[in-house]
Amino acid sequence: MSDITKDQVKHVAHLARLAITEDEAAELTKELSAIIGFAEQLNELDTEGVEPTTHVLNMKNVMRKDEPKATITQEEALKNAPDKKDGHYRVPAIMD
Amino acid sequence: MNFETVIGLEVHVELKTNSKIFSSSTNAFGSEPNSNVNPKDLGFPGTLPVLNEEVVNYAMKAALALNCEIAPVTKFDRKNYFYPDNPAAYQISQYDKPIGEHGWVEIEVHGKKKRIGITRIHMEEDAGKLTHGDGDEGHSLVDFNRQGTPLIEIVSEPDMRSPEEAYAYLEKLKNIIQYTGVSDCKMEEGSLRCDANVSLRPIGQEKFGTKSELKNLNSFAFVQKGLEFEEKRQEKVLLAGEEVLQDTRRYDEKTKETILMRVKEGAEDYRYFPEPDLVELHIDDAWKERVRSEIPELPDARKKRYIEELGLPAYDAGVITNSKQMADFFEGTVDHGADLKQVSNWLMGEVSAYLNKHLKELDDLAITPEALAKMINLIADGTISSKIAKKVFAELVENGGDPEQIVKDKGLVQISDEGQLQEIISKILDENEQSVTDYKGGKGRALGFLVGQVMKATKGQANPPMVNKILLEEMDKR
Amino acid sequence: MSLFDHTIKELEEKLHNKEITVKDLVDTSFNRIKEVDEDVKAFITLDEENAYAKAKELDDAPDTDKTGALFGIPGGIKDNIMTNGLRTTCGSAFLDNFNDPLYDATVIEGLNKEKAVTIGKMNMDEFAMGSSNETSYYAATRNPWNTDYVPGGSSGGSAAAVGAGEVLFSLGSDTGGSIRQPAAFCGVVGLKPTYGRVSRFGLAAFASSLDQVGTITRTVEDNARVLEVIAGQDKMDSTSANVDVPSYTEALTGDVKGLKIAVPKEYIGEGVDPEVKEAVLNALKVYESLGATWEEVSLPHSKYAVAAYYLISSSEASANLARFDGVRYGVRSENADNMLDMYKNSRSEGFGKEVKRRIMLGTFALSTGYYDAYYKKAQKVRTLIKNDFDKIFEDYDVVIGPTTPTPAFKVGEKIDDPLTMYTGDLLTIPVNLAGTPGISVPCGFSETGLPIGLQIIGKHFDESTVYRAAHAFEQATDHHTKRPQLGGVSK
Repeated sequence: MSDITKDQVKHVAHLARLAITEDEAAELTKELSAIIGFAEQLNELDTEGVEPTTHVLNMKNVMRKDEPKATITQEEALKNAPDKKDGHYRVPAIMD
Repeated sequence: MNFETVIGLEVHVELKTNSKIFSSSTNAFGSEPNSNVNPKDLGFPGTLPVLNEEVVNYAMKAALALNCEIAPVTKFDRKNYFYPDNPAAYQISQYDKPIGEHGWVEIEVHGKKKRIGITRIHMEEDAGKLTHGDGDEGHSLVDFNRQGTPLIEIVSEPDMRSPEEAYAYLEKLKNIIQYTGVSDCKMEEGSLRCDANVSLRPIGQEKFGTKSELKNLNSFAFVQKGLEFEEKRQEKVLLAGEEVLQDTRRYDEKTKETILMRVKEGAEDYRYFPEPDLVELHIDDAWKERVRSEIPELPDARKKRYIEELGLPAYDAGVITNSKQMADFFEGTVDHGADLKQVSNWLMGEVSAYLNKHLKELDDLAITPEALAKMINLIADGTISSKIAKKVFAELVENGGDPEQIVKDKGLVQISDEGQLQEIISKILDENEQSVTDYKGGKGRALGFLVGQVMKATKGQANPPMVNKILLEEMDKR
Repeated sequence: MSLFDHTIKELEEKLHNKEITVKDLVDTSFNRIKEVDEDVKAFITLDEENAYAKAKELDDAPDTDKTGALFGIPGGIKDNIMTNGLRTTCGSAFLDNFNDPLYDATVIEGLNKEKAVTIGKMNMDEFAMGSSNETSYYAATRNPWNTDYVPGGSSGGSAAAVGAGEVLFSLGSDTGGSIRQPAAFCGVVGLKPTYGRVSRFGLAAFASSLDQVGTITRTVEDNARVLEVIAGQDKMDSTSANVDVPSYTEALTGDVKGLKIAVPKEYIGEGVDPEVKEAVLNALKVYESLGATWEEVSLPHSKYAVAAYYLISSSEASANLARFDGVRYGVRSENADNMLDMYKNSRSEGFGKEVKRRIMLGTFALSTGYYDAYYKKAQKVRTLIKNDFDKIFEDYDVVIGPTTPTPAFKVGEKIDDPLTMYTGDLLTIPVNLAGTPGISVPCGFSETGLPIGLQIIGKHFDESTVYRAAHAFEQATDHHTKRPQLGGVSK
């Protein structure tokens, strides 16, 4: 299952919200196929019954008390915004 | 061909904790846009989620109240999708290990009881709000105040067979959750939101038909109406020999129709994976039982107790326990020494009428259980008549206060002094000799007229049974 | 004065005795930067004004307030660590205008509390994705020992600046070797702490389950001193561990008698440069002479580490970097007429090639139908690799091997060959997957004069033993006293 097609690459690019040209799609197809091919070596290992590791430390139940703390101001919130209006972030409308 | 309707509901409920689920911002919105946020709520690089303990307690409480099994080990996952109201471009939710599973609620429609299964309950964060500005064509505005509000999503089994059942299920769900105190469940304010999946299948067929997903259902009534419309629409499609498309539709309140939003092409690819910034939750029996012990008596149990222990008629018990506020008010009033049947009559009568007329909640009214109890007792001991009581009640709901004081200040005390009444009645009989003659001549109507005159003269404050008694006695003397 | 001449402890004494001022230190730092940074390119942003203001504040303070473990010490901060009011770019065009992150990372709060002076933000591979600092949007940082060579990465700026004598310490981050590898290439000391030892709050996430902030210094003692400042549990990071922070500097006894060292045969076998192997074997002889013992062991799954690492780290990165969308901060494309275009064009213009490649790989590995085969499989292999280490640590105190299979490579040599670049990290990556602490200390030079790093790996939360072993070796050798011939060395 190692080969990844150009159409898959385009689909993945869409999922990741990356615009790629035809040339880039072709190049990424090659590169990703190579990397995925390299990753196939993991299939040499029998991992039947092995638990996946999400956290290397066995920690559990880390929580905080339900206490509100100070927030930032609207001005601060919008300080780095590329576009803003009336105390909001402004974005182009959706086009389905 | 006859079809059977199959409905499943996905309900989101906002939990009313003090702070957000994964950040310490206040869990409140409605203020200035983007003023109740911190860098975490804005998805700034380097920020991390820290789980609010109370969210877990609240979610567990709701799950237990809805008869769910609590997962001994539960965790959070990232649900990845891009949208401007989703600042990290992933929502922290729960995927394969939700906190609660396999629950149920019992509903009653047309006297028939039925269990509706609850597939799962999970915790997640709410998103910000996207608005489409006026006069700003081609742009939308984003406010992140709501981002991070704790939610539970309650997914039902496709167990409902009619829009009425769906309505009853929602009512019951709302009622139970309100009883637990973890949410206001106000659909109008968005603290309860509902999406409905609905499909039709020929009666006798096991396989489900293709479903439509209904969104934008802003009230319980619209859920029912939207489903009713959808039932008919899909039936028409199927009878025409066509296929129902798997789509997402919204209910339009004006046209009372469901409107196509988009046709689904394959499942969304959310690329769920375990949230590496949060650790697992292990819920042991001690924690679970502690939360369970904090769940108050739920509506069905309360109803049963009212019937069996208090002797309240089943109908009354049902209405009273249909909202926790009402049931609590009922018990409070009874505790203050009022007769329970009278309390129930007032709550189901005047109080409910007032709430419906003014679209208010019981908690919004100025009247207290203590005041209602006092008022009822003033009627019982003859201080005021039922008629006068309505005046007192009107004052109490609007402005509150002490019924005795109101009665005194407004001079509403009933005249029950025999001598005083005799004096008034003698005078009226003197002025209306013709009526006395008519009455004695067998015209019963004349008595009513005379009672009316007495009431008029006393501004309605005369004790009605005494007026009747004295009138008859006095006329006998003439 | 030169920042090469003294340890932090010595400078604190001189400050205390009023032989020097904080301003002198800050001057020395900026003078050296002016002298060499045009060649080294270790900094993305200099914070000269605030550094001098801080120096004045510290110099003017009453003597009783002149306390703090890093009082007046000039340091550099990797540019993926958030600094309130100071631009933080992550080495990316996307954040070129991110002038105010609005908050300080917890590690920055720690440095401020102990009164360190921030000189500036260090160059790095874009979003820490790279092993050579060549993926930086700003400039490819150069190796102070030979500017034709890379300094390593992704904390290349942090390591090069310490190696070039521009700052006394720096903070870096290590996801697959990003502190240890550049430390090895630049001839300095770099520690990746145990996962959970140091708060990640304020570190722009690359791979959340692997990232750790760590310290880069010229000596082991300095390194231990800085770690003491930044280590500890943080309520803002749920994965930071509730484990006490011992005094790491007190652990530096110089005594390694009886220390049991494991040397994985995979770490000195095929693919490891003979010069590197020789330097490591010489180091083991030094340990023997100090009374330690070593035996060859095996980390049988280590050869799978690189593949597992790239799947796990890229998958997590694909989600972590999705927030860079041009809505709330960063650069928005001019071509953003609708929402989809805003996303796609902003991200495509803002991210460099390597970052896009990894986002693509991660998105693919998490997508429907591939999750089990790639992401989950990699996590299972991670378990096997962790078990390998656990088993070794039942019998040994530390694992020792080279930090990198070769010394630094030339600028441009590997940048067009991602797989070769990736496999260069095969000796550091297993440590991140296992979550254990690892340090790189200088252990020699290649014939071409490039430094070689010795990697010492310890048990979870046993940084003390790692430091003790590293310190004893350092004190028994003179590698750390060598200085790069750059800008006339020191005056």
